[in-house]
Amino acid sequence: MTESESTLIDQIRALTRRIGRRVQYMEVCGTHTVCLFRSGVRSLLPPELRMISGPGCPVCVTAQRHIDAALELATDRRVIIATYGDMLRVPGRRGSLESMRAAGARVEVVMSARDALALARSHPAEEVVFLAVGFETTAPATAAVVAEADRDAVGNFSVLMCHKRIVPAMLALLGDGRSALDGFLCPGHVSVIIGSSAYRPVVARHRVPCVVAGFEPRQLLLGIRRLLQQTASGLARLDNVYPVCVSPAGNGAALKLMREVFRHEDAAWRALGVIGASGFALSERYASFDAVRRFGIVLGCDEDHPGCLCGEVIQGLAEPGDCPLFDRACTPMRPVGPCMVSSEGTCAAWHRYRRTPPRPGRGGRRRKEPSCPW
Amino acid sequence: MMCLAVPGKLIECHEDLATVDLQGNRLRISRVLVPDARPGDWVLVHAGFGIARIEEQDALETWSYLQSAGEAPIFEDGAMNGEPAGPREHSP
Amino acid sequence: MSVVTETIERNQVLMAHGGGGEMTGRLVAEHLLPRLKNEYLAPLTDGAVLDWTAPNVVFTTDSYVVTPLVFPGGDIGRLAVCGTVNDLAVMGAVPVALSLGLIMEEGLPIDTLDRITQSIAAAAREAGVNVVTGDTKVIERRGGPGLFINTAGIGRLRGDVRLDIARVEPGDAIIVNGRIAEHGLAIMSVRAGLEFNSDLRSDAAPLGGLLAELFDEGVEVKFLRDATRGGLAGVFADLSERSECTLEIDERSVPISRTARHAAEMLGLDPLTVANEGKVVCVVAGRDAQYAVHRLRRHPLGRAASIIGRVTDAQPPLVELITAAGGRRIVQRPYGEELPRIC
Repeated sequence: MTESESTLIDQIRALTRRIGRRVQYMEVCGTHTVCLFRSGVRSLLPPELRMISGPGCPVCVTAQRHIDAALELATDRRVIIATYGDMLRVPGRRGSLESMRAAGARVEVVMSARDALALARSHPAEEVVFLAVGFETTAPATAAVVAEADRDAVGNFSVLMCHKRIVPAMLALLGDGRSALDGFLCPGHVSVIIGSSAYRPVVARHRVPCVVAGFEPRQLLLGIRRLLQQTASGLARLDNVYPVCVSPAGNGAALKLMREVFRHEDAAWRALGVIGASGFALSERYASFDAVRRFGIVLGCDEDHPGCLCGEVIQGLAEPGDCPLFDRACTPMRPVGPCMVSSEGTCAAWHRYRRTPPRPGRGGRRRKEPSCPW
Repeated sequence: MMCLAVPGKLIECHEDLATVDLQGNRLRISRVLVPDARPGDWVLVHAGFGIARIEEQDALETWSYLQSAGEAPIFEDGAMNGEPAGPREHSP
Repeated sequence: MSVVTETIERNQVLMAHGGGGEMTGRLVAEHLLPRLKNEYLAPLTDGAVLDWTAPNVVFTTDSYVVTPLVFPGGDIGRLAVCGTVNDLAVMGAVPVALSLGLIMEEGLPIDTLDRITQSIAAAAREAGVNVVTGDTKVIERRGGPGLFINTAGIGRLRGDVRLDIARVEPGDAIIVNGRIAEHGLAIMSVRAGLEFNSDLRSDAAPLGGLLAELFDEGVEVKFLRDATRGGLAGVFADLSERSECTLEIDERSVPISRTARHAAEMLGLDPLTVANEGKVVCVVAGRDAQYAVHRLRRHPLGRAASIIGRVTDAQPPLVELITAAGGRRIVQRPYGEELPRIC
């Protein structure tokens, strides 16, 4: 441990003691969840400090109806589905993109929206549909690519719009009063785009501290310390420990592009229901690039898996260990719900990094959790 | 991961595209979201796009692994490796 | 029978090359034999006759289906030799002979075949082993990589080696011979859809000579495994499970270059799960650990050798990483093909 990191840990412990009660912060972003585990920082936090994972895993919150739409499109022989790798194994009603690929459907994993457009250019006789998933970190890329497709009249390219906005979800979460949260650790790279000032409505309405932090171990510690400092002083402010990347106003070029290419729309979040103005749809000018419109898809409804607690887990109301399916019927090899499928889903993170290892292949005798708090 | 972004140094620009060096890995990215970025600037790279311009010093401080020994000396000795011991006595 | 022009026959592998007739003979005589030449192969009999006096033969096989066929630092040919001789080496065997089975897709450029054969020959020389028998087949074009290879290998078990996972016990040290994750990341850098240029090169190399540094000096080596698919994490999982011991790994001691670290970060991969082709995990008695590292570092393939962890008596058995930040987390067996994450 570098000296500064151990100092930060000491301060975090001292602040928690000073507050003298259990403190709960939500790390909104799935990448924060994974980084807290992977860096080992989680194991260093005092037991009275509870970090709760939130709905910031865009894979986890993509409504099943959209997965099913992608699967339906994949059955069309003219269509190539271009998708980020994370979406490959998410289960829909009848399989996943991975199982469809194994059955002969054309599914290409891309690292960038640009690659999806390039695929369309190089396959003029086929239709390329890009599965556009992600929060505001990733949405501008889609906007840029749609604008380019429009400019260059790439007619065989379309987008299945699943992008979501994080702030409406944060407001909705606190809105129903069920989550007793002392503050939010705000996603660093979403904030690069939307700016730290985007969280002002959360602070103003709910009087909780919001701290923007990056993903390196030191950033995690700085962010958590700042939250504790506020709580200890009874403050509820917006703070930013990641000013090297995040400004109050965000990325102007990206925001301008999104204003032009997108419009806000109500969106269905898996297990959270419909949250107003929480999704991005294509604006009228670019509507011809919308895959649902182009292919005349009728979006179905989402089905529930009995016993699956993903909804509660996403809202921070339950831990993966509380779910009866966790590590029994639901494992990374055979995931039931999205929190296990996504590499940064809470359940996947717990399964992968937490102290109690699963029993391989035996489908499920539940082992008692040790008292280790992380 | 959804928020995965890594810092890199812009080597060259050509219209909307740029080549970024990420510690010996070179990637072609779009500059559309960071139109002011110039060769020599550091940018944050996400999903094939630069999303922010950052100062080199800030990058080195924030991502500590950029600073660590890396290529020289030949090996990184963490907590577990000390000076190599001399020849060992064979045990009977 | 189609009319085959000389140009096509010279430039590409054709179905007729697999027919067992004159064209097969020409392919073997003109392209394979000259590069792989040795006294065992030259007679081109159905099998090779080898002298054998050792009590035990170690026998292994592996198939190679990597794509693309050629990548930074190597190709499928080099891989096919190194992978199999390393399986012998980590058993404590001195590799003696390899068989070579080539399944070629119609349309494979002859130049590619020549290049790969050359790599096989060079790697075999490096490993001190002969390709003594082989087979060639040609299949219809089906859009694959164009070439699949199987190599089987036999080796002579060293009498002075007692590798046995049952001997692994708390206090033992865990060593790796150098920088990790380079092979897998080098391959990814040229895989379609993930293209980025990189300084990374595959580390594929025959490890017999390196391991001899330990065996010759009487270092008490209890367990060896080359960290191929699944990377170090895969080896750790096997080791912990079968020895029923906890492994404690020190993240800061795991050698990795900045380039590899950054590439893994970019792709959202854990370097511990990325494949290597020239890295071996050794478990040695604790008292021999420093000396073992010292010996390994004398060898070109062990310059960055490091003690990266220890076996402890903590139960239940886990693989735990002490992170650079000073915390702890579990290292799991990798789930499957670790697709690069982006979002």
